[in-house]
Amino acid sequence: MGRYVIRRLLQMIPVFFGATLLIFLMVNVMGDPIAGLCGDRQCDPATAAQLEKEFGLDKPVWQQYLTYMGNVFTGDFGTAFNGQEVTELMASAFPVTIRLTIVAIFFEIVIGISLGVLTGLKRGHPIDTSVLLLTLIVISIPTFVTGLILQLLLGVEWGWIKPAVSSDAPLNELIVPGLVLASVSLAYVTRLTRTSIAENKRADYVRTAVAKGLPRHRVITRHLLRNSLIPVVTFIGTDVGALMGGAIVTERIFNIHGVGYQLYQGILRQNTQTVVGFVTVLVLVFLVANLLVDLLYAVLDPRIRYA
Amino acid sequence: MRGATHAKWAALATAVALAATACGGGDDSGGGGGADGIVTSSWGDPQNPLEPANTNEVQGGKVLSMIFRGLKYYDPKTGEAKDMLAEKIETTDSTNFTITVKDGWTFSNGEAVTAKSFVDAWNYGAHLKNNQKNAYFFGQIEGYDKVHPDTGEPTAETMSGLKVTGPQTFTVKLTQKFSTWPITLGYAAFSPLPKAFYDDHAAWLSKPVGNGPYTIDSYTKGSEMALKRWDGYPGTDKAQNGGITLKVYTDNNTAYTDLTAGNLDLVDDIPAAQLKNVSADLGDRYINVPAGIIQTLAFPFYDAAWNKPGQEKLRQGISMAIDRNQITETIFQKTRTPAVDWTSPVLGEEGGFKDVCGDFCKYDAAEAKKLVAEGGGIPGGTMKISYNADTGSHKEWVDAVCNSINRALGNDNACVGNPIGTFADYRNQVTTQKLKGPFRAGWQMDYPLIQNFLQPLYYTNASSNDGKYTNPEFDKLVDQANAESDIPKAVGLFQQAEGILRDDMGAVPLWYQNGSAGYSERVSNVTLNPFSVPVYEQIKVN
Repeated sequence: MGRYVIRRLLQMIPVFFGATLLIFLMVNVMGDPIAGLCGDRQCDPATAAQLEKEFGLDKPVWQQYLTYMGNVFTGDFGTAFNGQEVTELMASAFPVTIRLTIVAIFFEIVIGISLGVLTGLKRGHPIDTSVLLLTLIVISIPTFVTGLILQLLLGVEWGWIKPAVSSDAPLNELIVPGLVLASVSLAYVTRLTRTSIAENKRADYVRTAVAKGLPRHRVITRHLLRNSLIPVVTFIGTDVGALMGGAIVTERIFNIHGVGYQLYQGILRQNTQTVVGFVTVLVLVFLVANLLVDLLYAVLDPRIRYA
Repeated sequence: MRGATHAKWAALATAVALAATACGGGDDSGGGGGADGIVTSSWGDPQNPLEPANTNEVQGGKVLSMIFRGLKYYDPKTGEAKDMLAEKIETTDSTNFTITVKDGWTFSNGEAVTAKSFVDAWNYGAHLKNNQKNAYFFGQIEGYDKVHPDTGEPTAETMSGLKVTGPQTFTVKLTQKFSTWPITLGYAAFSPLPKAFYDDHAAWLSKPVGNGPYTIDSYTKGSEMALKRWDGYPGTDKAQNGGITLKVYTDNNTAYTDLTAGNLDLVDDIPAAQLKNVSADLGDRYINVPAGIIQTLAFPFYDAAWNKPGQEKLRQGISMAIDRNQITETIFQKTRTPAVDWTSPVLGEEGGFKDVCGDFCKYDAAEAKKLVAEGGGIPGGTMKISYNADTGSHKEWVDAVCNSINRALGNDNACVGNPIGTFADYRNQVTTQKLKGPFRAGWQMDYPLIQNFLQPLYYTNASSNDGKYTNPEFDKLVDQANAESDIPKAVGLFQQAEGILRDDMGAVPLWYQNGSAGYSERVSNVTLNPFSVPVYEQIKVN
């Protein structure tokens, strides 16, 4: 187990460098950041040169990358164009997005898995059919449509919620955005759980458990569900990273000043430091989430051992 | 039916959660009513640190307009430059100016505003090492080339043309005659700065201190700024409300939604998608007034294919092939006005707004076709209109302009749009002269002067002359106009220069942009100034 974790951690290093280098190159080919910074009016050449020097943009890209990575390891993610430290932006953005992600994951687990278990046990039942139909609808509607409709109905027409989340983004204001963010994944979780449960329902160990005379809820939660959750856990684990990075649309609609917002601003203003910094952290989140998922397998199914 | 219970619980949990959020609706407008009421307004995150000489976009400009007052102030209604901190500005030769600053003004931290407050601020703004994006505003002052050389290191710390001659007086020497120069002094870059600015720069940036009707109460970068009325403000334009809270919105659609839901008092940028509904939603609380912004189509004069003799007819033909009336009505819902010159209606007739373009700006398919043919046809057979596709919904109108041109010329391949992914990339291609065809160009005035609409854009090698248009006649008339001390005569000379621009069709004027805003029932007396920025200090809370 220990060796497995170390091997996995070592594997992360090339992935981390590859991913950050790719992002760095992608942001750099988009055009001249200084031109965007100066707006509709060209900066005079002297000021532009001075700014380039200050942000280190006058050096070759490989050198910029090396300097940047060197700084990152000392905890310095550089400065955004508006003069704020990128770490400062992160400190304000990540907590908000993490809260939003937690809300979304909560919905995925609670609603998704319960619906999945329900439909998996009642295959062919009208409940099954209607939930399947419902998930199909949710999957086929893009998030921004769901988001805008809910915002309009709940926020403007009925006045149940505020259409825009305030700047502190407390948990209660994040419920609807979290639901919107979770919606598509939630539908997948439902379907995954359903298939898995339906498959394992006829497994030998379930029959044995029933034959032993165990109460039904114990058969379902301890035996059937535990084994059926492996693909679901995999999905939810990878979804953590996807939700944090993919919150751009939801955050924009509900005016949440989180990671998605900072990334969007960074891309629009072509702020290499912001974009690369945030993506670097997201890559780390993704890698760690994947590692945790793999380790969770052993907890769910003791037959899985890591050498 | 165990499973069913789970589902019930989940549904119940959601319902409770939804109900829990419900209590938050519509009770956060803050403050009381009347003279101490707080107005909440939409805002965008400023792109640069908030320094007067470093702010070149409208979001930062809004804050500066609230916390700073300069020597001049542009009347919110007429745009006329009136004395604010200037007691008097005197000159005999349009080159040497003596400026007297009014006594009794202070910054909100108690420090007096003196001649030195201005001179130091201008020297700071001009100096290369301070990276100020509006540094070129000081370019006319003698000694600017020493503190801000085009290449190499600065050789002086201050500009030789600026001299403090008394506690409240200073002199300015320009490098050439510029009779209307005092009118430019209302621009935010010319604001005075307190000592605190230089003493602890980082602290000042996190909470700027100025001398305007408002002071900054709290500033959370990226999300909110709360401004409070400054009761010690000595000016006549005291704030009529208790303060303004600027809230950053990631999307102006959300801001608009928040306004209709009653959570926000003022939105100063109605999203294009909502223009159809805005009258129904807001009624007479929707403002749509001309602003000092013009949109044009610039030509790549640096490209040999677009710079042949006789091609002015081609450019005039293209201008006549654009149905401005139809496009402004259908695409912009009348938030744009078809252009008839290269300036803006906010200048007024006295300021130089006049129908100079004439028939060349009117849609006439037959004449357009004839002129384009006489001008040698479109270079390469197809012209691409370049624009940035990331913001501002430019795609719709560029496509419409191309359709109009294609229809008029009876050729489906005459014009196509050429979207460029990001604004930064677009600006990069514009400024490095990579574009091979016409491109969108917008101009928002810095100060209400006809000079500001012509010189920076069409004078040879001027700072924003992106298409590299050049005509010695035009340059000569602009120089003459700048030297002319009689303002009406100067305006006449500028109009003559504009005539040359028309004969060359140096750029196709498309339309003037309006400022559009909407406000809630909680507030009244909301207006937009000629820069399309709300006149915050006049807003009253009911």
